[in-house]
Amino acid sequence: MFELLGIPPQALFGQVLLGLINGSFYAVLSLGLAVIFGLLNIINFAHGALYMMGAFVAWMLLTYLGIPFWAALVVSPMIVGGIGMVIERTMLRPLHDLDHLYSLLLTFGLTLVITGLFQNFYGVSGKPYPIPAVLTGVVNLGFMFLPIYRAFIIVMAVIVCFATWFLIEKTRLGSYLRAATENPEMVSAFGINVPLLVTLTYGFGVALAAFAGVLAAPVYSVNPVMGNDIIIVVFAVIVIGGMGSIMGAIIGGFGLGVVEGLTKVFYPEASTTIIFIIMALVLLLKPSGIFGREV
Amino acid sequence: MTQQTESTTPAQTQNKSSGRNRTTRHHMIAFGLIAAFVVIAPQFLYPVFVMKLLCFALFAMAFNLMLGFGGLLSFGHAAFFGGAAYAAGHAAKVWGWPPELAIAFAVLVGAAMGAAFGFVAIKSRGIYFAMITLAFAQMVYFYALQSPVTGGEDGLQSIPRNSLFGLVDLSSDGAFYWLVAVIFMIGILFVYRVIHSPFGEVLKGIRENEQRMISLGYQVQRYKLVTFIISAALSGLAGGTKALVFHLASLVDVHWTMSGEVVLMTLIGGMGTIFGPIIGAGVIVAMQNYLADLGSLVLIVQGLVFIVCVLTFREGIIGVLAKWLKTRL
Repeated sequence: MFELLGIPPQALFGQVLLGLINGSFYAVLSLGLAVIFGLLNIINFAHGALYMMGAFVAWMLLTYLGIPFWAALVVSPMIVGGIGMVIERTMLRPLHDLDHLYSLLLTFGLTLVITGLFQNFYGVSGKPYPIPAVLTGVVNLGFMFLPIYRAFIIVMAVIVCFATWFLIEKTRLGSYLRAATENPEMVSAFGINVPLLVTLTYGFGVALAAFAGVLAAPVYSVNPVMGNDIIIVVFAVIVIGGMGSIMGAIIGGFGLGVVEGLTKVFYPEASTTIIFIIMALVLLLKPSGIFGREV
Repeated sequence: MTQQTESTTPAQTQNKSSGRNRTTRHHMIAFGLIAAFVVIAPQFLYPVFVMKLLCFALFAMAFNLMLGFGGLLSFGHAAFFGGAAYAAGHAAKVWGWPPELAIAFAVLVGAAMGAAFGFVAIKSRGIYFAMITLAFAQMVYFYALQSPVTGGEDGLQSIPRNSLFGLVDLSSDGAFYWLVAVIFMIGILFVYRVIHSPFGEVLKGIRENEQRMISLGYQVQRYKLVTFIISAALSGLAGGTKALVFHLASLVDVHWTMSGEVVLMTLIGGMGTIFGPIIGAGVIVAMQNYLADLGSLVLIVQGLVFIVCVLTFREGIIGVLAKWLKTRL
């Protein structure tokens, strides 16, 4: 086999693939954050905890009720999204007129409560979640072996990202949403129920996090702290992509996943920090992020 | 984050000078109470517990300088606290430095990190600022996790205290307590001076109305950067001292939950108040101490306190007290 810069192609493609998978999670999670940030102007610190909750709900559905992966892929985001809507109605709405940093602090508190609750009942050790039978096995691509489930993650992430982009940019509902982002008073003067739109948007963003959680359940072990470290990386991703930018979230998510994977091949020591280094560079050159509008 | 601590009613403006004297008297009383507590506390409380409290109180005061007076919410102060703890630990353990030099080195490291991070971070505001400081702190966390210098998962253990100026033995908790007490008192007096200096007044001006301060000709960015560096240096002072108190610098000190804890302390005590962070630190440290047996319940209780504070108790304990006494605390 040929070699690239002294790196065997198996390692290179393997890491690029791993990067794409991580990137899929970054993309779906930062997409949810971007949608929420766009309309509510808050950073949802609880996003990582809700991602974990999505995975846990899928595990609970399977363990207690015998509901399989495919159904969980729909039911879990709906349940967690519903919880998100309750959170928005009861806690975030009263803070709407205050400095947005209070909302950030509130969702930080929520993160502690949610993580603490799951830790209390399930401990910190992981719960295994089986890969659905149809998606087990590997495909031989000639230069490497591709596990089918991993390919499935990437495909699902791309579909969800595209669907969300389409929903926001090309449909009537999306146009209301974008208008409400620009000028909520004007939009509500046109008879659109903006508070309801805000609740639904938050629920939708949270559901995206839960969806990523369900996808993650079979590959990562389901545990209460699984969202803790990924969420900070995702924050960096949305800062790089431009806060509230849908395109920035999607491209930034996949792109940075691959960059991270490549760093693992060429300079493994920096692989955990490369995204933060890129973030610092982007901020120095273009403070609003690559796809962001000037602030 | 703007917190109205200095609402001046017409009545207050009329007798401003007498009001000012009254406020200063209140501050002197507060300092007297703090000093008395610091002196008496080891008689009836476990010294290590009190030292922990003093370190975190200093950390929270340093943080509040930025949030309460500069209006800058940093979500990455653990980097300075923990980074400095590693620095002091390394200096004392590997280089065998005496405590005063190890802690001075920790302050320097904190200030240097503050200068580097602040240089990038102050270009942004509000939520962006919080996210960027958080990301920087996470870089420090991953560095500490991987580097052999910081001991990875184990951290730096059994850090020696050595002897003060190479003369006075401080290995007993009772003796080391007085060093911590002196550091703490100097630290809070320094913060008090900064808040009440012309620099502090400009800072409050920036918090209330940044645009106006720019149009008045102030170099707002420079003020913010200096505040960031002072706050980071003081966090370093707290972190370095803490490392010597516990003989330990670990990943807990640099993790983002530590950054969150200091926000919570400031919030409970009252952001933008002078003495609030001390009370807030006391509440949290005591809570962690007495709820320690409950395991992950601490996390839940802490989170619930956070939520309740944000929803209904944004002025904090000292904020409410100050309102009640019609003074500034």
